[in-house]
Amino acid sequence: MISDVSNSTSGQSELELPCRIRNARIRLLRMHYESGIGHIGGNLSCLDLLMTLHHEVLQHEDTFVLSKGHAAGALYVTLWSRGKIGEDQLGSFHKDDTTLSGHPAPNRLPEIPFATGSLGHGLSLSVGIALGKAIQGLPGRVFCLMSDGEWQEGSNWEALIFAAHQQIAPLTILVDANGLQGFGSTGQVAGMEPLADRLCGFGVPVEEIDGHDPIAIRTACGHSASGTRIIIARTRKGCGVSFMENRMEWHYLPMTEEQYRQAVREVSDE
Amino acid sequence: MRNVLCQSLLSHAENPNLVFLTGDLGFQALEPLRDAMGRRFINAGVAEQNMVSVAAGLARTNMRPWVYSIAPFLYARPYEQIRNDVCMHGLPVTMVGNGGGYAYGVMGGTHHALEDYGALLCLSGLRAYIPAFAADVPPTIDQLMTSDRPAYLRLGRCELPKPALAPAYAPWRRLMAGGGPTILVVGPLVGGLWTALESMPDDCRPSLWILTELPIDESIIPTAFLDDLRASTHLFVIEEHVVQGGAGQMLALALASIGKMPSRFTHRCARGYPSGRYGSQSFHRKECGLDAESILSELGGLG
Repeated sequence: MISDVSNSTSGQSELELPCRIRNARIRLLRMHYESGIGHIGGNLSCLDLLMTLHHEVLQHEDTFVLSKGHAAGALYVTLWSRGKIGEDQLGSFHKDDTTLSGHPAPNRLPEIPFATGSLGHGLSLSVGIALGKAIQGLPGRVFCLMSDGEWQEGSNWEALIFAAHQQIAPLTILVDANGLQGFGSTGQVAGMEPLADRLCGFGVPVEEIDGHDPIAIRTACGHSASGTRIIIARTRKGCGVSFMENRMEWHYLPMTEEQYRQAVREVSDE
Repeated sequence: MRNVLCQSLLSHAENPNLVFLTGDLGFQALEPLRDAMGRRFINAGVAEQNMVSVAAGLARTNMRPWVYSIAPFLYARPYEQIRNDVCMHGLPVTMVGNGGGYAYGVMGGTHHALEDYGALLCLSGLRAYIPAFAADVPPTIDQLMTSDRPAYLRLGRCELPKPALAPAYAPWRRLMAGGGPTILVVGPLVGGLWTALESMPDDCRPSLWILTELPIDESIIPTAFLDDLRASTHLFVIEEHVVQGGAGQMLALALASIGKMPSRFTHRCARGYPSGRYGSQSFHRKECGLDAESILSELGGLG
Protein backbone atom coordinates (compact mmCIF):
# COMPACT_ATOMS: atom_id res chain seq x y z
CA MET A 1 0.00 0.00 0.00
CA ILE A 2 1.72 3.17 -1.05
CA SER A 3 -1.13 5.56 -0.69
CA ASP A 4 -3.84 5.73 1.89
CA VAL A 5 -6.20 8.62 1.46
CA SER A 6 -8.81 8.33 4.16
CA ASN A 7 -12.12 10.04 4.05
CA SER A 8 -12.52 11.65 7.37
CA THR A 9 -15.73 13.44 6.54
CA SER A 10 -15.03 16.16 9.03
CA GLY A 11 -11.58 16.66 7.56
CA GLN A 12 -12.87 16.54 4.00
CA SER A 13 -15.50 19.14 4.71
CA GLU A 14 -12.78 21.67 5.30
CA LEU A 15 -10.98 20.89 2.07
CA GLU A 16 -11.28 22.90 -1.11
CA LEU A 17 -12.80 21.09 -4.06
CA PRO A 18 -9.53 20.66 -6.02
CA CYS A 19 -8.00 18.96 -2.99
CA ARG A 20 -11.02 16.71 -2.60
CA ILE A 21 -10.86 15.79 -6.26
CA ARG A 22 -7.17 14.92 -5.97
CA ASN A 23 -7.88 12.69 -2.98
CA ALA A 24 -10.75 11.03 -4.79
CA ARG A 25 -8.56 10.44 -7.85
CA ILE A 26 -5.91 8.76 -5.72
CA ARG A 27 -8.54 6.62 -3.98
CA LEU A 28 -10.09 5.71 -7.32
CA LEU A 29 -6.73 4.51 -8.59
CA ARG A 30 -6.34 2.38 -5.47
CA MET A 31 -9.82 0.88 -5.91
CA HIS A 32 -9.09 -0.16 -9.45
CA TYR A 33 -5.58 -1.39 -8.67
CA GLU A 34 -6.69 -3.50 -5.71
CA SER A 35 -9.56 -4.95 -7.71
CA GLY A 36 -7.38 -5.62 -10.74
CA ILE A 37 -9.98 -4.24 -13.10
CA GLY A 38 -10.01 -1.88 -16.04
CA HIS A 39 -12.30 0.96 -17.05
CA ILE A 40 -10.04 3.36 -15.17
CA GLY A 41 -9.66 5.65 -18.20
CA GLY A 42 -13.34 6.50 -18.49
CA ASN A 43 -13.63 6.84 -14.72
CA LEU A 44 -10.81 9.37 -14.57
CA SER A 45 -12.29 11.36 -17.44
CA CYS A 46 -15.53 12.06 -15.59
CA LEU A 47 -14.30 12.36 -12.00
CA ASP A 48 -14.11 16.17 -12.08
CA LEU A 49 -17.66 16.27 -13.38
CA LEU A 50 -18.99 13.91 -10.71
CA MET A 51 -17.13 15.54 -7.84
CA THR A 52 -18.12 19.08 -8.78
CA LEU A 53 -21.71 18.06 -9.37
CA HIS A 54 -22.10 16.18 -6.09
CA HIS A 55 -20.16 18.60 -3.92
CA GLU A 56 -21.29 21.91 -5.34
CA VAL A 57 -24.38 21.57 -7.51
CA LEU A 58 -26.78 18.84 -6.42
CA GLN A 59 -29.39 19.73 -3.83
CA HIS A 60 -31.41 17.31 -1.71
CA GLU A 61 -34.38 17.26 -4.10
CA ASP A 62 -32.25 16.79 -7.22
CA THR A 63 -31.67 13.41 -8.87
CA PHE A 64 -28.52 12.14 -10.55
CA VAL A 65 -28.44 9.24 -13.02
CA LEU A 66 -25.17 7.70 -14.17
CA SER A 67 -25.87 6.50 -17.67
CA LYS A 68 -22.27 5.48 -18.35
CA GLY A 69 -22.43 2.74 -15.75
CA HIS A 70 -18.83 1.69 -16.38
CA ALA A 71 -17.86 4.80 -14.42
CA ALA A 72 -19.31 3.24 -11.28
CA GLY A 73 -15.97 3.50 -9.47
CA ALA A 74 -15.87 7.25 -10.01
CA LEU A 75 -19.41 7.58 -8.70
CA TYR A 76 -18.69 5.40 -5.66
CA VAL A 77 -15.59 7.36 -4.75
CA THR A 78 -17.54 10.59 -5.18
CA LEU A 79 -20.24 9.33 -2.80
CA TRP A 80 -17.46 8.25 -0.41
CA SER A 81 -16.07 11.75 -0.63
CA ARG A 82 -19.52 13.06 0.27
CA GLY A 83 -19.75 10.70 3.25
CA LYS A 84 -22.52 8.62 1.65
CA ILE A 85 -20.39 5.48 1.37
CA GLY A 86 -18.18 4.25 4.21
CA GLU A 87 -14.56 3.18 4.00
CA ASP A 88 -15.36 -0.50 4.53
CA GLN A 89 -18.03 -0.47 1.87
CA LEU A 90 -15.77 1.29 -0.60
CA GLY A 91 -13.05 -1.24 0.18
CA SER A 92 -15.37 -4.01 -0.99
CA PHE A 93 -15.57 -2.52 -4.50
CA HIS A 94 -15.61 -5.19 -7.19
CA LYS A 95 -14.99 -7.99 -4.69
CA ASP A 96 -17.10 -10.98 -3.64
CA ASP A 97 -20.11 -10.16 -1.46
CA THR A 98 -20.04 -6.45 -2.34
CA THR A 99 -22.88 -4.04 -2.98
CA LEU A 100 -20.50 -2.01 -5.15
CA SER A 101 -20.31 -4.07 -8.32
CA GLY A 102 -18.41 -3.01 -11.41
CA HIS A 103 -21.57 -1.39 -12.71
CA PRO A 104 -24.14 0.02 -10.27
CA ALA A 105 -26.50 -2.56 -8.80
CA PRO A 106 -30.25 -1.99 -8.43
CA ASN A 107 -31.84 -0.77 -5.22
CA ARG A 108 -28.67 -0.56 -3.13
CA LEU A 109 -28.01 3.15 -2.58
CA PRO A 110 -30.56 5.98 -2.49
CA GLU A 111 -28.12 8.14 -4.43
CA ILE A 112 -28.12 5.62 -7.31
CA PRO A 113 -31.72 5.33 -8.52
CA PHE A 114 -30.99 2.92 -11.35
CA ALA A 115 -28.66 0.08 -12.16
CA THR A 116 -26.86 0.98 -15.37
CA GLY A 117 -24.14 -0.58 -17.46
CA SER A 118 -25.86 -1.31 -20.72
CA LEU A 119 -25.50 1.98 -22.52
CA GLY A 120 -28.49 3.92 -23.80
CA HIS A 121 -30.78 3.58 -20.78
CA GLY A 122 -29.89 6.45 -18.45
CA LEU A 123 -31.27 9.28 -20.53
CA SER A 124 -34.75 7.77 -20.90
CA LEU A 125 -34.78 6.95 -17.19
CA SER A 126 -33.79 10.53 -16.38
CA VAL A 127 -36.51 11.86 -18.66
CA GLY A 128 -39.02 9.62 -16.87
CA ILE A 129 -37.98 11.01 -13.49
CA ALA A 130 -38.14 14.58 -14.82
CA LEU A 131 -41.58 13.89 -16.28
CA GLY A 132 -42.79 12.43 -12.99
CA LYS A 133 -41.57 15.50 -11.12
CA ALA A 134 -43.32 17.80 -13.58
CA ILE A 135 -46.64 15.93 -13.52
CA GLN A 136 -46.71 15.79 -9.74
CA GLY A 137 -45.32 19.28 -9.19
CA LEU A 138 -42.35 17.91 -7.27
CA PRO A 139 -39.27 20.08 -6.75
CA GLY A 140 -35.83 19.29 -8.04
CA ARG A 141 -33.77 18.95 -11.12
CA VAL A 142 -32.41 15.87 -12.90
CA PHE A 143 -28.83 15.41 -14.06
CA CYS A 144 -27.71 12.60 -16.34
CA LEU A 145 -24.07 11.78 -17.12
CA MET A 146 -23.51 10.02 -20.42
CA SER A 147 -20.49 9.05 -22.47
CA ASP A 148 -19.93 10.34 -25.99
CA GLY A 149 -19.76 6.90 -27.60
CA GLU A 150 -23.08 6.13 -25.92
CA TRP A 151 -24.81 8.38 -28.43
CA GLN A 152 -24.41 5.56 -30.93
CA GLU A 153 -27.29 3.85 -29.09
CA GLY A 154 -30.53 4.68 -30.89
CA SER A 155 -32.62 4.79 -27.72
CA ASN A 156 -30.90 8.08 -26.78
CA TRP A 157 -32.31 9.77 -29.84
CA GLU A 158 -35.77 8.51 -28.94
CA ALA A 159 -35.26 9.99 -25.49
CA LEU A 160 -34.00 13.32 -26.79
CA ILE A 161 -36.96 13.72 -29.14
CA PHE A 162 -39.33 12.91 -26.27
CA ALA A 163 -37.56 15.19 -23.77
CA ALA A 164 -37.59 18.13 -26.16
CA HIS A 165 -41.28 17.63 -26.88
CA GLN A 166 -42.62 17.08 -23.36
CA GLN A 167 -42.87 19.53 -20.51
CA ILE A 168 -40.54 18.06 -17.93
CA ALA A 169 -38.61 19.22 -14.88
CA PRO A 170 -35.20 20.76 -15.56
CA LEU A 171 -32.99 18.10 -17.09
CA THR A 172 -29.28 18.58 -17.65
CA ILE A 173 -27.55 16.05 -19.87
CA LEU A 174 -23.82 15.95 -19.30
CA VAL A 175 -21.75 14.30 -22.02
CA ASP A 176 -18.31 13.07 -20.95
CA ALA A 177 -16.75 13.67 -24.35
CA ASN A 178 -13.37 11.97 -23.99
CA GLY A 179 -13.31 10.97 -27.65
CA LEU A 180 -12.39 7.34 -27.05
CA GLN A 181 -14.50 4.24 -26.78
CA GLY A 182 -14.09 0.47 -26.50
CA PHE A 183 -12.27 -0.35 -29.72
CA GLY A 184 -11.23 2.91 -31.26
CA SER A 185 -11.80 6.63 -31.14
CA THR A 186 -15.35 7.89 -31.54
CA GLY A 187 -14.21 9.52 -34.76
CA GLN A 188 -12.93 6.21 -36.13
CA VAL A 189 -15.90 4.14 -35.01
CA ALA A 190 -18.85 6.38 -35.83
CA GLY A 191 -17.93 10.03 -36.13
CA MET A 192 -20.55 12.36 -34.73
CA GLU A 193 -18.69 15.66 -34.67
CA PRO A 194 -19.63 18.38 -34.54
CA LEU A 195 -21.69 16.77 -31.79
CA ALA A 196 -23.04 20.09 -30.54
CA ASP A 197 -24.51 20.96 -33.93
CA ARG A 198 -26.17 17.57 -34.21
CA LEU A 199 -27.68 17.79 -30.75
CA CYS A 200 -28.80 21.37 -31.33
CA GLY A 201 -30.80 20.09 -34.25
CA PHE A 202 -33.18 18.45 -31.79
CA GLY A 203 -34.21 21.82 -30.41
CA VAL A 204 -32.34 21.76 -27.12
CA PRO A 205 -29.68 24.25 -26.03
CA VAL A 206 -26.15 22.87 -26.07
CA GLU A 207 -23.09 24.25 -24.34
CA GLU A 208 -19.47 23.07 -24.48
CA ILE A 209 -17.14 23.34 -21.52
CA ASP A 210 -13.80 22.08 -20.25
CA GLY A 211 -14.84 18.98 -18.34
CA HIS A 212 -11.86 19.21 -16.02
CA ASP A 213 -12.48 22.78 -14.88
CA PRO A 214 -14.60 22.74 -11.69
CA ILE A 215 -15.50 26.40 -12.05
CA ALA A 216 -16.75 25.89 -15.59
CA ILE A 217 -18.67 22.77 -14.53
CA ARG A 218 -20.24 24.51 -11.57
CA THR A 219 -21.20 27.53 -13.61
CA ALA A 220 -22.76 25.50 -16.41
CA CYS A 221 -24.57 23.02 -14.15
CA GLY A 222 -25.67 25.58 -11.60
CA HIS A 223 -27.69 27.41 -14.19
CA SER A 224 -31.34 27.09 -13.20
CA ALA A 225 -32.69 26.71 -16.71
CA SER A 226 -36.00 24.96 -17.29
CA GLY A 227 -36.54 22.12 -19.73
CA THR A 228 -33.80 20.04 -21.28
CA ARG A 229 -30.27 21.19 -22.01
CA ILE A 230 -27.03 19.51 -22.91
CA ILE A 231 -23.52 20.22 -21.68
CA ILE A 232 -20.77 18.66 -23.71
CA ALA A 233 -17.84 18.36 -21.34
CA ARG A 234 -14.59 17.98 -23.25
CA THR A 235 -12.45 15.61 -21.25
CA ARG A 236 -9.35 13.43 -21.44
CA LYS A 237 -9.62 9.71 -20.91
CA GLY A 238 -7.27 8.76 -18.06
CA CYS A 239 -7.08 12.39 -16.92
CA GLY A 240 -4.20 13.09 -14.53
CA VAL A 241 -2.05 10.09 -15.42
CA SER A 242 0.41 10.73 -18.23
CA PHE A 243 0.61 7.21 -19.60
CA MET A 244 -3.16 6.83 -19.61
CA GLU A 245 -4.30 10.15 -21.00
CA ASN A 246 -6.04 9.91 -24.35
CA ARG A 247 -5.08 6.26 -24.78
CA MET A 248 -7.86 3.89 -25.74
CA GLU A 249 -6.34 0.82 -24.06
CA TRP A 250 -7.09 2.29 -20.64
CA HIS A 251 -10.74 1.63 -21.32
CA TYR A 252 -9.86 -1.95 -20.38
CA LEU A 253 -6.40 -2.45 -18.90
CA PRO A 254 -5.76 -3.10 -15.22
CA MET A 255 -2.69 -1.44 -13.68
CA THR A 256 0.51 -3.22 -12.75
CA GLU A 257 2.00 -2.29 -9.37
CA GLU A 258 4.60 -0.13 -11.07
CA GLN A 259 1.97 1.66 -13.12
CA TYR A 260 -0.18 2.19 -10.06
CA ARG A 261 2.71 3.70 -8.10
CA GLN A 262 3.56 6.03 -10.97
CA ALA A 263 -0.08 7.04 -11.40
CA VAL A 264 -0.44 7.92 -7.72
CA ARG A 265 2.82 9.88 -7.77
CA GLU A 266 1.65 11.92 -10.73
CA VAL A 267 -1.74 12.66 -9.24
CA SER A 268 -0.23 13.50 -5.85
CA ASP A 269 2.16 15.96 -7.48
CA GLU A 270 -0.62 17.75 -9.36
CA MET B 1 -60.92 -6.35 -24.92
CA ARG B 2 -59.39 -2.92 -25.68
CA ASN B 3 -62.64 -1.12 -25.07
CA VAL B 4 -63.16 -2.92 -21.79
CA LEU B 5 -59.61 -1.98 -20.85
CA CYS B 6 -60.39 1.64 -21.59
CA GLN B 7 -63.62 1.60 -19.61
CA SER B 8 -61.98 -0.12 -16.66
CA LEU B 9 -59.07 2.30 -16.58
CA LEU B 10 -61.54 5.18 -16.76
CA SER B 11 -62.78 4.16 -13.34
CA HIS B 12 -59.25 4.75 -12.05
CA ALA B 13 -58.58 7.89 -14.08
CA GLU B 14 -58.89 10.16 -11.07
CA ASN B 15 -56.00 8.38 -9.35
CA PRO B 16 -53.28 11.06 -9.47
CA ASN B 17 -50.54 8.43 -9.54
CA LEU B 18 -51.88 6.69 -12.63
CA VAL B 19 -50.04 7.59 -15.83
CA PHE B 20 -50.74 5.94 -19.18
CA LEU B 21 -48.23 5.82 -22.04
CA THR B 22 -49.07 4.58 -25.50
CA GLY B 23 -46.73 3.89 -28.39
CA ASP B 24 -48.93 5.86 -30.76
CA LEU B 25 -51.70 3.26 -30.70
CA GLY B 26 -55.28 3.26 -29.46
CA PHE B 27 -57.24 4.92 -32.28
CA GLN B 28 -60.99 4.45 -31.79
CA ALA B 29 -60.41 2.80 -28.45
CA LEU B 30 -58.45 4.93 -26.00
CA GLU B 31 -59.82 8.40 -26.77
CA PRO B 32 -62.07 8.48 -23.66
CA LEU B 33 -59.10 7.64 -21.46
CA ARG B 34 -56.99 10.31 -23.17
CA ASP B 35 -59.69 12.89 -22.60
CA ALA B 36 -60.20 11.91 -18.97
CA MET B 37 -56.55 11.72 -17.94
CA GLY B 38 -55.25 14.87 -19.59
CA ARG B 39 -51.57 15.38 -18.79
CA ARG B 40 -51.26 11.86 -17.42
CA PHE B 41 -52.12 10.29 -20.80
CA ILE B 42 -48.98 10.46 -22.91
CA ASN B 43 -48.53 9.45 -26.51
CA ALA B 44 -44.86 8.54 -26.34
CA GLY B 45 -44.65 8.11 -30.09
CA VAL B 46 -43.16 5.28 -32.10
CA ALA B 47 -40.31 4.75 -29.66
CA GLU B 48 -40.95 1.75 -27.45
CA GLN B 49 -37.50 1.55 -25.89
CA ASN B 50 -37.77 5.09 -24.60
CA MET B 51 -41.37 4.58 -23.54
CA VAL B 52 -40.56 1.64 -21.26
CA SER B 53 -37.57 3.36 -19.65
CA VAL B 54 -39.56 6.56 -19.16
CA ALA B 55 -42.18 4.42 -17.41
CA ALA B 56 -39.48 3.06 -15.11
CA GLY B 57 -38.39 6.63 -14.34
CA LEU B 58 -41.98 7.63 -13.63
CA ALA B 59 -42.32 4.67 -11.27
CA ARG B 60 -39.22 5.91 -9.43
CA THR B 61 -41.18 9.06 -8.63
CA ASN B 62 -43.93 6.89 -7.09
CA MET B 63 -46.23 7.07 -10.08
CA ARG B 64 -48.03 3.99 -11.42
CA PRO B 65 -47.27 3.77 -15.14
CA TRP B 66 -49.18 1.70 -17.67
CA VAL B 67 -47.54 1.19 -21.05
CA TYR B 68 -49.55 0.18 -24.10
CA SER B 69 -48.74 -1.07 -27.57
CA ILE B 70 -49.38 -3.94 -29.96
CA ALA B 71 -48.03 -6.95 -28.06
CA PRO B 72 -44.89 -7.76 -30.09
CA PHE B 73 -43.82 -4.12 -30.19
CA LEU B 74 -44.08 -3.98 -26.43
CA TYR B 75 -42.16 -7.05 -25.31
CA ALA B 76 -39.65 -7.74 -28.09
CA ARG B 77 -38.24 -4.36 -29.14
CA PRO B 78 -37.72 -2.98 -25.61
CA TYR B 79 -36.88 -6.31 -23.95
CA GLU B 80 -33.67 -4.99 -22.39
CA GLN B 81 -35.48 -1.95 -21.04
CA ILE B 82 -38.08 -4.23 -19.45
CA ARG B 83 -35.33 -6.44 -18.05
CA ASN B 84 -32.91 -3.82 -16.74
CA ASP B 85 -35.04 -0.80 -15.97
CA VAL B 86 -38.33 -2.31 -14.83
CA CYS B 87 -37.77 -5.86 -13.61
CA MET B 88 -34.30 -5.60 -12.08
CA HIS B 89 -35.66 -2.81 -9.91
CA GLY B 90 -39.00 -4.50 -9.25
CA LEU B 91 -40.94 -1.43 -10.33
CA PRO B 92 -44.75 -1.50 -10.62
CA VAL B 93 -44.96 -0.91 -14.35
CA THR B 94 -47.85 -2.62 -16.15
CA MET B 95 -47.24 -3.43 -19.80
CA VAL B 96 -50.36 -3.97 -21.87
CA GLY B 97 -49.82 -5.91 -25.09
CA ASN B 98 -52.79 -5.88 -27.42
CA GLY B 99 -53.25 -8.81 -29.78
CA GLY B 100 -51.79 -11.87 -28.09
CA GLY B 101 -50.98 -14.90 -30.22
CA TYR B 102 -52.20 -14.69 -33.81
CA ALA B 103 -54.82 -12.03 -33.02
CA TYR B 104 -53.55 -9.64 -35.69
CA GLY B 105 -54.10 -12.39 -38.25
CA VAL B 106 -53.27 -11.55 -41.82
CA MET B 107 -51.43 -8.40 -40.76
CA GLY B 108 -48.49 -10.80 -40.66
CA GLY B 109 -45.90 -12.33 -38.44
CA THR B 110 -44.37 -9.05 -37.30
CA HIS B 111 -47.65 -8.32 -35.53
CA HIS B 112 -48.05 -11.70 -33.85
CA ALA B 113 -47.06 -12.36 -30.25
CA LEU B 114 -46.25 -16.06 -30.05
CA GLU B 115 -43.53 -16.03 -27.42
CA ASP B 116 -44.48 -13.01 -25.34
CA TYR B 117 -45.25 -14.36 -21.90
CA GLY B 118 -42.60 -17.05 -22.14
CA ALA B 119 -39.93 -14.45 -22.88
CA LEU B 120 -41.16 -12.04 -20.24
CA LEU B 121 -41.59 -14.61 -17.50
CA CYS B 122 -37.85 -15.25 -17.65
CA LEU B 123 -37.50 -11.83 -16.02
CA SER B 124 -37.31 -11.28 -12.33
CA GLY B 125 -40.59 -10.74 -10.48
CA LEU B 126 -42.81 -10.24 -13.52
CA ARG B 127 -46.31 -11.72 -13.55
CA ALA B 128 -48.34 -12.25 -16.72
CA TYR B 129 -52.13 -11.91 -16.98
CA ILE B 130 -53.98 -13.42 -19.92
CA PRO B 131 -57.71 -12.67 -19.58
CA ALA B 132 -59.87 -15.30 -21.25
CA PHE B 133 -63.06 -13.23 -21.39
CA ALA B 134 -63.84 -9.53 -21.55
CA ALA B 135 -65.36 -9.84 -18.10
CA ASP B 136 -61.94 -10.87 -16.77
CA VAL B 137 -60.41 -7.50 -17.66
CA PRO B 138 -61.95 -5.24 -14.96
CA PRO B 139 -61.02 -7.47 -11.99
CA THR B 140 -57.57 -7.96 -13.48
CA ILE B 141 -57.09 -4.21 -13.74
CA ASP B 142 -58.32 -3.70 -10.18
CA GLN B 143 -55.77 -6.25 -9.05
CA LEU B 144 -52.96 -4.62 -11.05
CA MET B 145 -53.75 -1.21 -9.60
CA THR B 146 -52.65 -2.42 -6.19
CA SER B 147 -49.80 -4.63 -7.35
CA ASP B 148 -46.27 -3.55 -6.47
CA ARG B 149 -44.49 -5.59 -9.12
CA PRO B 150 -43.94 -5.60 -12.89
CA ALA B 151 -46.80 -7.03 -14.88
CA TYR B 152 -47.66 -7.97 -18.44
CA LEU B 153 -51.30 -7.93 -19.54
CA ARG B 154 -51.93 -9.85 -22.78
CA LEU B 155 -55.15 -8.79 -24.44
CA GLY B 156 -57.03 -10.66 -27.13
CA ARG B 157 -60.54 -10.78 -28.52
CA CYS B 158 -63.27 -12.13 -26.27
CA GLU B 159 -64.62 -15.31 -27.87
CA LEU B 160 -67.16 -16.19 -25.25
CA PRO B 161 -70.35 -17.48 -26.91
CA LYS B 162 -73.20 -15.05 -26.33
CA PRO B 163 -75.51 -17.29 -24.26
CA ALA B 164 -72.86 -18.33 -21.84
CA LEU B 165 -71.67 -16.26 -18.94
CA ALA B 166 -68.08 -16.06 -17.85
CA PRO B 167 -67.68 -17.42 -14.36
CA ALA B 168 -66.42 -14.98 -11.73
CA TYR B 169 -62.76 -14.19 -12.15
CA ALA B 170 -60.14 -16.42 -10.61
CA PRO B 171 -56.71 -17.40 -11.95
CA TRP B 172 -57.84 -21.05 -12.19
CA ARG B 173 -61.44 -21.83 -13.16
CA ARG B 174 -63.22 -25.00 -14.14
CA LEU B 175 -65.64 -24.17 -16.94
CA MET B 176 -67.01 -27.64 -17.47
CA ALA B 177 -66.87 -30.98 -15.66
CA GLY B 178 -66.56 -34.27 -17.50
CA GLY B 179 -65.27 -37.79 -17.41
CA GLY B 180 -62.69 -37.39 -20.21
CA PRO B 181 -59.23 -35.82 -20.21
CA THR B 182 -58.42 -32.74 -18.19
CA ILE B 183 -58.00 -29.80 -20.54
CA LEU B 184 -56.29 -26.60 -19.47
CA VAL B 185 -56.50 -23.62 -21.84
CA VAL B 186 -54.65 -20.31 -21.71
CA GLY B 187 -56.30 -17.32 -23.31
CA PRO B 188 -59.46 -16.39 -25.21
CA LEU B 189 -59.41 -19.38 -27.55
CA VAL B 190 -61.17 -21.27 -24.77
CA GLY B 191 -64.42 -19.52 -25.79
CA GLY B 192 -64.97 -21.41 -29.03
CA LEU B 193 -63.63 -24.63 -27.60
CA TRP B 194 -66.02 -24.50 -24.66
CA THR B 195 -69.03 -24.48 -26.99
CA ALA B 196 -67.69 -27.32 -29.09
CA LEU B 197 -66.86 -29.54 -26.12
CA GLU B 198 -70.29 -29.15 -24.56
CA SER B 199 -71.78 -31.23 -27.35
CA MET B 200 -69.67 -34.25 -26.41
CA PRO B 201 -71.23 -37.19 -24.50
CA ASP B 202 -70.85 -36.95 -20.73
CA ASP B 203 -68.60 -39.97 -20.35
CA CYS B 204 -65.91 -38.77 -22.75
CA ARG B 205 -66.41 -35.00 -22.38
CA PRO B 206 -63.30 -33.46 -20.84
CA SER B 207 -63.16 -31.34 -17.76
CA LEU B 208 -62.26 -27.90 -19.06
CA TRP B 209 -60.12 -25.45 -17.12
CA ILE B 210 -58.94 -21.95 -17.86
CA LEU B 211 -55.73 -20.44 -16.50
CA THR B 212 -55.23 -16.67 -16.66
CA GLU B 213 -52.16 -15.89 -14.56
CA LEU B 214 -48.57 -17.02 -14.97
CA PRO B 215 -46.09 -18.22 -13.79
CA ILE B 216 -47.56 -21.31 -12.22
CA ASP B 217 -46.96 -21.70 -8.53
CA GLU B 218 -47.34 -25.38 -7.68
CA SER B 219 -48.49 -24.46 -4.18
CA ILE B 220 -51.68 -22.83 -5.47
CA ILE B 221 -52.80 -25.34 -8.08
CA PRO B 222 -56.41 -26.01 -7.06
CA THR B 223 -57.17 -29.30 -5.39
CA ALA B 224 -60.15 -29.73 -7.73
CA PHE B 225 -57.80 -29.54 -10.73
CA LEU B 226 -55.51 -32.15 -9.22
CA ASP B 227 -58.54 -34.34 -8.48
CA ASP B 228 -59.67 -34.06 -12.12
CA LEU B 229 -56.17 -34.91 -13.25
CA ARG B 230 -55.97 -37.95 -11.02
CA ALA B 231 -59.34 -39.21 -12.26
CA SER B 232 -58.60 -38.68 -15.93
CA THR B 233 -54.86 -39.55 -15.96
CA HIS B 234 -54.57 -37.38 -19.07
CA LEU B 235 -53.57 -33.71 -19.17
CA PHE B 236 -54.16 -31.71 -22.35
CA VAL B 237 -52.75 -28.16 -22.42
CA ILE B 238 -53.77 -25.73 -25.16
CA GLU B 239 -52.23 -22.29 -25.64
CA GLU B 240 -51.64 -19.77 -28.42
CA HIS B 241 -47.95 -19.51 -27.59
CA VAL B 242 -44.87 -21.44 -28.66
CA VAL B 243 -43.89 -24.51 -26.69
CA GLN B 244 -40.77 -22.90 -25.24
CA GLY B 245 -41.60 -21.02 -22.07
CA GLY B 246 -45.29 -21.78 -22.40
CA ALA B 247 -47.83 -22.83 -19.82
CA GLY B 248 -47.46 -26.46 -20.93
CA GLN B 249 -43.82 -26.56 -19.89
CA MET B 250 -44.52 -24.66 -16.70
CA LEU B 251 -47.37 -26.92 -15.66
CA ALA B 252 -45.47 -30.12 -16.49
CA LEU B 253 -42.58 -28.97 -14.31
CA ALA B 254 -44.89 -27.91 -11.51
CA LEU B 255 -46.76 -31.22 -11.53
CA ALA B 256 -43.58 -33.25 -11.76
CA SER B 257 -42.19 -31.29 -8.79
CA ILE B 258 -45.09 -32.34 -6.59
CA GLY B 259 -45.36 -35.88 -7.95
CA LYS B 260 -48.69 -35.28 -9.68
CA MET B 261 -47.72 -35.62 -13.33
CA PRO B 262 -50.32 -37.78 -15.09
CA SER B 263 -49.36 -40.69 -17.30
CA ARG B 264 -50.51 -38.92 -20.50
CA PHE B 265 -49.66 -35.39 -21.56
CA THR B 266 -50.76 -33.65 -24.75
CA HIS B 267 -49.75 -30.12 -25.70
CA ARG B 268 -51.20 -28.01 -28.51
CA CYS B 269 -49.48 -24.69 -29.08
CA ALA B 270 -48.48 -22.09 -31.66
CA ARG B 271 -46.10 -23.52 -34.22
CA GLY B 272 -45.28 -20.44 -36.25
CA TYR B 273 -46.21 -20.63 -39.93
CA PRO B 274 -46.10 -24.27 -41.07
CA SER B 275 -47.34 -23.59 -44.61
CA GLY B 276 -45.52 -20.28 -45.03
CA ARG B 277 -48.85 -18.63 -45.76
CA TYR B 278 -50.79 -16.04 -43.82
CA GLY B 279 -54.40 -15.54 -42.92
CA SER B 280 -56.84 -14.79 -40.14
CA GLN B 281 -56.34 -15.81 -36.54
CA SER B 282 -58.62 -18.77 -37.25
CA PHE B 283 -56.44 -19.76 -40.23
CA HIS B 284 -53.29 -19.82 -38.11
CA ARG B 285 -54.98 -21.65 -35.27
CA LYS B 286 -56.17 -24.33 -37.69
CA GLU B 287 -52.65 -24.71 -39.09
CA CYS B 288 -51.42 -25.35 -35.55
CA GLY B 289 -54.27 -27.63 -34.55
CA LEU B 290 -55.57 -25.07 -32.08
CA ASP B 291 -59.06 -24.82 -33.54
CA ALA B 292 -62.02 -26.58 -31.96
CA GLU B 293 -62.40 -29.06 -34.82
CA SER B 294 -58.80 -30.22 -34.51
CA ILE B 295 -59.09 -30.51 -30.75
CA LEU B 296 -62.28 -32.55 -31.03
CA SER B 297 -60.60 -34.77 -33.59
CA GLU B 298 -57.68 -35.28 -31.24
CA LEU B 299 -60.01 -36.13 -28.39
CA GLY B 300 -61.94 -38.58 -30.57
CA GLY B 301 -58.76 -40.22 -31.67
CA LEU B 302 -57.65 -40.61 -28.10
CA GLY B 303 -60.71 -42.68 -27.36
